[in-house]
Amino acid sequence: MPTMNIIEAVRDALRIEMRRDQRVVVLGEDVGKFGGVFRATSGLYDEFGADRVIDTPLAEAGIIGTAIGMALYGMRPVPEIQFGDFIFPAFDQIVNELAKFRYRSGGQYPCPVVIRTPVGGGIRGGHYHSQSPEALFIHTPGLKVVAPSNPYDAKGLLLACMRQNDPVLFMEPKRIYRASRGEVPEGEYTLEIGKAAVVREGTHCTLLAYSGMVSIAEEAAKKGEAEGVSIEVVDLRTLMPYDIDTILASVKKTGRCVVVHEAPRTCGFGAELIAAIQERAMDHLEAPILRVTGFDTPFPYTLEHEYLPNADRVLGTVRQTLEW
Amino acid sequence: MRMPKDAGDALDDEPVPATIEELQPLYRQMLAIRRMEEASAKAYSQGKIGGFLHLIIGQEAVCVGATAALRPDDYVVATYRDHGHAYAKGMTARSMLAELYGKKTGLVKGLGGSMHFFSREHNFLGGHGIVGGHVPIAAGAAFASKYRGDGRVTLCFFGEGASTIGGFAEGLALAGLWKLPVVLICENNQYSMGTPMYRSLAVEDVSMRALAHGMARDRFDGDDVLKVKQRIAIAVERARETNEPTLVEVVTYRFRGHSMSDPGLYRTKEEVEEWKRRDPLGRARSLLVELGAAEADLHALEDDVKAEIADAVGFAESSPVADEYLPYVIKE
Repeated sequence: MPTMNIIEAVRDALRIEMRRDQRVVVLGEDVGKFGGVFRATSGLYDEFGADRVIDTPLAEAGIIGTAIGMALYGMRPVPEIQFGDFIFPAFDQIVNELAKFRYRSGGQYPCPVVIRTPVGGGIRGGHYHSQSPEALFIHTPGLKVVAPSNPYDAKGLLLACMRQNDPVLFMEPKRIYRASRGEVPEGEYTLEIGKAAVVREGTHCTLLAYSGMVSIAEEAAKKGEAEGVSIEVVDLRTLMPYDIDTILASVKKTGRCVVVHEAPRTCGFGAELIAAIQERAMDHLEAPILRVTGFDTPFPYTLEHEYLPNADRVLGTVRQTLEW
Repeated sequence: MRMPKDAGDALDDEPVPATIEELQPLYRQMLAIRRMEEASAKAYSQGKIGGFLHLIIGQEAVCVGATAALRPDDYVVATYRDHGHAYAKGMTARSMLAELYGKKTGLVKGLGGSMHFFSREHNFLGGHGIVGGHVPIAAGAAFASKYRGDGRVTLCFFGEGASTIGGFAEGLALAGLWKLPVVLICENNQYSMGTPMYRSLAVEDVSMRALAHGMARDRFDGDDVLKVKQRIAIAVERARETNEPTLVEVVTYRFRGHSMSDPGLYRTKEEVEEWKRRDPLGRARSLLVELGAAEADLHALEDDVKAEIADAVGFAESSPVADEYLPYVIKE
C-alpha cells in the first residue's frame, strides 16, 4: 500500500472525484497553475483545465456565494479557503446562505458545497494564519464539520463529503499536512461521516481530540503508559454531527475524560462535549471533565509553543482527574 | 466617456411599440400581484401573517416585465421583496399566500414566510433576506449554466441599497471576470429603507458600476412594463448568445413603506402622489384602452383576478399550519 501525507491524500481524493464526476470543480485563490498555497491542488489544473480548477480573485464571500449557486444548479463545487483565518469575509455566506438552504427551501435545495480550509497553529503563522474557528461553524445548524487528523481519514472522509448532499466545512490540520504520513489505499474508499475512532485503547481516562491534537493526545498517552497511566484516545474525526455513542462508550469505560483542542477555551467545542457527556453519563464519572485548550487570546506568534496544548500539559491534566 | 454597448446616463422614458396581445397578459400579472399584496396587507393587519412583510406595490412592472423576457427554464434570484417575482415566474397565489400564513401548503412548507420563497419547479432560487448576499449566488448559478452549456440565463434582482455592500461588489466582479450569463437588475426604488439615494450613494447612477467590470449596462424608467420586457430581453439575449453579463438599472418607486411597520414619514405626500400618477398599472390599462381593448374584456379580466386572489386567501386560511422543521436542517 502506498504511503501519503495529508496534502497528498487530499489531492488524491480530489483527483479521484474529479475523474469520476464531471460536476466536481475546485475554486479558490491560487488553486490553478500555482496548485494552492499548500499545494493541495497541484497538478489538477494540468489534468482538468481552467474550467474545473478555477482561480478566483481575493473575494471569499464571492467564492462561497458562487459555489452555492453552482451547487443549487446541480454542480459539486469544492472551494478552498486559503487559510481558515480568511474564512470570515465569507461568514455571512456560510452561516446565512449555505447552511440554511435546505431548510429555507423546504427541502427543495440541498446545497452540496465542501469547503476545504487549513486550520490550526504550529507553523509560526501568527494571529492571521493559525486560528481554529470550528466552534463558530459547529454552532451553525445546517453545516457538517469534518476535521481529520491523518492521511487515511483525510482521503476517505473527503471522498465521503463530496458524495453527500449537505454543506461541509472540511478542516485540514496544516501543522501536520506533511508531517503526518501513513498508508493510504489506492483508489476509492469512503469513511462514514459522524463516526469517531478509538485510536488507542486504555482504561484510566479518555482523551477526546481531533485534527492536529490527536497526535499530541497519542504522545501524552505513550508518556502516560510509561508511568502506569492507561489512556484511551478518541479521534472525533467529525465534529458535527459528533459521535456521541463512541464518546459515551469510552467515558463510561474509563470514568474520566479530558478534552483537547487548540482553539481558545471559552465557548470552545470542549464546552459542548463536556455538557453533552455530563447530561448523559453523570453516574459514570469519577471526576470532573477537564479541558486542555488554547488560551483566550489572539493566537501568539512568538509564544506559540506555550499556547498550543502539548503532551506534558495533557498528561498533567489527566493526572489531575486521576487524583480527584 | 462611454464604453461599447453603453446605454446609460440619461434616463430613457421614450415609449415603446405596444400591442394588446403582448400587454394584456402582463397587465393581468401586475394586477394579480397588486391584489395579492393588498390581501397580504389586510391579513397582516389582522395578525394572520407574522414577522415582516415588504410589499412591491408600485414596482410591479419591473419584475413582471423582466421575467416576461425569460424562457421558463431560466433562473430568477430575488430579494426579500419577492412576491411579485415569484408570481411572475409562475408560482400560484395560493402557494404564496399559504407561505405567508405559515401553512404546510406554502411554497416552502411554511418554513420561510414572506422573504424566503423558493421553487425548484420554477427555477426560482429564492427570496433572500440578506441584502446583497444573493448576488454571488446568482453568479454561481450562471456559472453552472455556462459550465453545462444549457443556454439558461439567470436574472438577479436587488435594490440600489444593495449596491454598497460587499456581496454585490464581489458578485459583480466575478460575473464580469468570468463572463457569466447573468442579468443583474437594480430595482432602484430610490429609498434604501428610509434613506434617500443622495444620502447613501456618491454616484446615483448604479449602472455606472458596470464600467469597472467591463460589463454592458442599461438604465431606464420602469413604469412601462413593455419597455422593461423589451430592454431586459436585449440583455437576456446578450447573456444567452455571448455569455456576457449586463447590469441594468430600472428606476421605479414603491407606493407603500419599506415594510408594514414603515409609515414612510421620510418622504412627502406630494412626492408619493406624483409617482402614483405614473402607476404602472394605470399606465398599462390606459394604453390597453388606447390600443382598442374593450372595457368589458378588461372588467372580465379584473373580476377574474379578484376571484383568483379570493380563492388563494381562502386556501391559505383553510390550510393546515406548518408543524415540523427538523427534517430540513441536514440529512443525516
